[in-house]
Amino acid sequence: MIGRRGFALGLAAAGLAAPPLARAQALRTVAVIGGGFAGATAAKYLRRFNPALEVTLFEPSAAFLMCPLSNRVIEGGLHMRDLARDYAPYAGRHGLRWVQARVDAVDPGRREVRFGTERQVFDRLVLAPGVEFDYGNIGGMGSATAQARVPHAWKAGPQTIVLRNQLRQMPAGGVVALHIPRAPFRCPPGPYERASLVAHLLQQHNPRAKLLVFDANAEIQSKKGLFSTLWRERHGARVEYVPDAELEHVDAAALMMRFKMHGVQRADVINLIPPQRAGLLATQAGLANVGGRWCGVGFLDYESTIAPGVHMLGDAIQGSPGMPKSGHMANQQAKVCAAAIAALSLGLEPVASPIIANTCYSFVSHAEAVHVAAVFRYDPASRQMVPAPGAGGLSEAPSRVEALYAMAWASNILEDSVG
Amino acid sequence: MARSITSPPDRPRLIRKAVGLAARAALVMAPAALAQAPAGTDREAELWAASCMACHGTDGRADGVALTIADRSEAELAAALLAFKAGERRATVMHQHTRGYSDEELRRIARWFANRRPVVRRP
Repeated sequence: MIGRRGFALGLAAAGLAAPPLARAQALRTVAVIGGGFAGATAAKYLRRFNPALEVTLFEPSAAFLMCPLSNRVIEGGLHMRDLARDYAPYAGRHGLRWVQARVDAVDPGRREVRFGTERQVFDRLVLAPGVEFDYGNIGGMGSATAQARVPHAWKAGPQTIVLRNQLRQMPAGGVVALHIPRAPFRCPPGPYERASLVAHLLQQHNPRAKLLVFDANAEIQSKKGLFSTLWRERHGARVEYVPDAELEHVDAAALMMRFKMHGVQRADVINLIPPQRAGLLATQAGLANVGGRWCGVGFLDYESTIAPGVHMLGDAIQGSPGMPKSGHMANQQAKVCAAAIAALSLGLEPVASPIIANTCYSFVSHAEAVHVAAVFRYDPASRQMVPAPGAGGLSEAPSRVEALYAMAWASNILEDSVG
Repeated sequence: MARSITSPPDRPRLIRKAVGLAARAALVMAPAALAQAPAGTDREAELWAASCMACHGTDGRADGVALTIADRSEAELAAALLAFKAGERRATVMHQHTRGYSDEELRRIARWFANRRPVVRRP
């Protein structure tokens, strides 16, 4: 009943006739696969934009664990439970059908979701599979043993604690090596925030220890001036930054790293952030059509450029130039996507002028943070989201007030996405 | 049903970690379904406003550091946004964001938040 009234309302509003009605009737069920910032926000906002939609969220975990602030768990200022949010109350609040199962495969052509022995077909699919780690080009890292000994800690979870404990148990005056993969990767400023917080931790608890930052990129990928100034002024020789450090091989047992240009380095703790690509579900479904690594989408509705009726969100997509892979961007993309699907379900055209803002905080010590901000506007000519000229910017310097805003940001985006 | 933000069963502990967070609203309304684009809804502004909610909370109801923007008049919100844009009001971030929008877009976002009434959510 509600559904029919919804159609009537939308049609009355748009003054549309038969063809859009047929289109609207064809869009009632949506599957959202993956309950991270992208998927959870999409599922919630789909129901907010059109409560007549039947939205199924596929997410195997009982609780969301957010990556932002997980560097502060490593630093020791926060606990894992601070990052967690249960799905059950959120799903109930928004009338979502939550299937707590891992999706084994999707068939984009049939818009079919396969999990366990079940197969279900939906009018639309929204895939938010996140990233998959790709150790392929790094010798010695293929085994589970090596990957456990040399943590990435790049998805909040058990490895976050592994890395925290390794750092705490490191011998006095030891060496920490942090490897940063070639961009694009999840959370461009994240590795540099981690370096800053590890350096802070060493300063407090192991002052003669050293941090080597081996970056496969030619330079710091985000907030460069802020991070490099901080390391120089506050940490001096404690932090050594090595650009163009392409990692070839790791001996996980001996904690030895071999680089293409920089020889061999031994460390007491190695934190290896691996190269990344779109989550396995997307690549297996043939949806990673940009260089075989990322999923191409349109920026008015985040529909796959190769699979009609299949929408892709978050870190798995090929973003517009300058658009970071981040929780904040995922939340923003999800709302545009949800509004577009809801509009179509009501027989309306999606809004053709999305504007999304990005705010990204990084902690540089337990009590200080910095930010980078940007505004992206849809450009009809290039069909990309383009940074608004004159907008956005950086903090002038680390500050305590921005640490408070960073905590408030985390709390609010968690609530906005999974609350 | 209103939910208290002081003793929520499923609320993250994060906000309690941020020492010195400014006063917050005593009650937060449960999230409500948006209207189904009835005639007159500014769907563009609705979408632009959704972006703000990542920091300012769903429907503008936020935790901490005076980020709540719900329940304020259109005039107050518009004046604040335009003052941020003109550099007349100090900010850490908002002066950088507002420069990405036209004055008219900022006014429409202000109007959307001001007209957003708390609605008891469907069960």
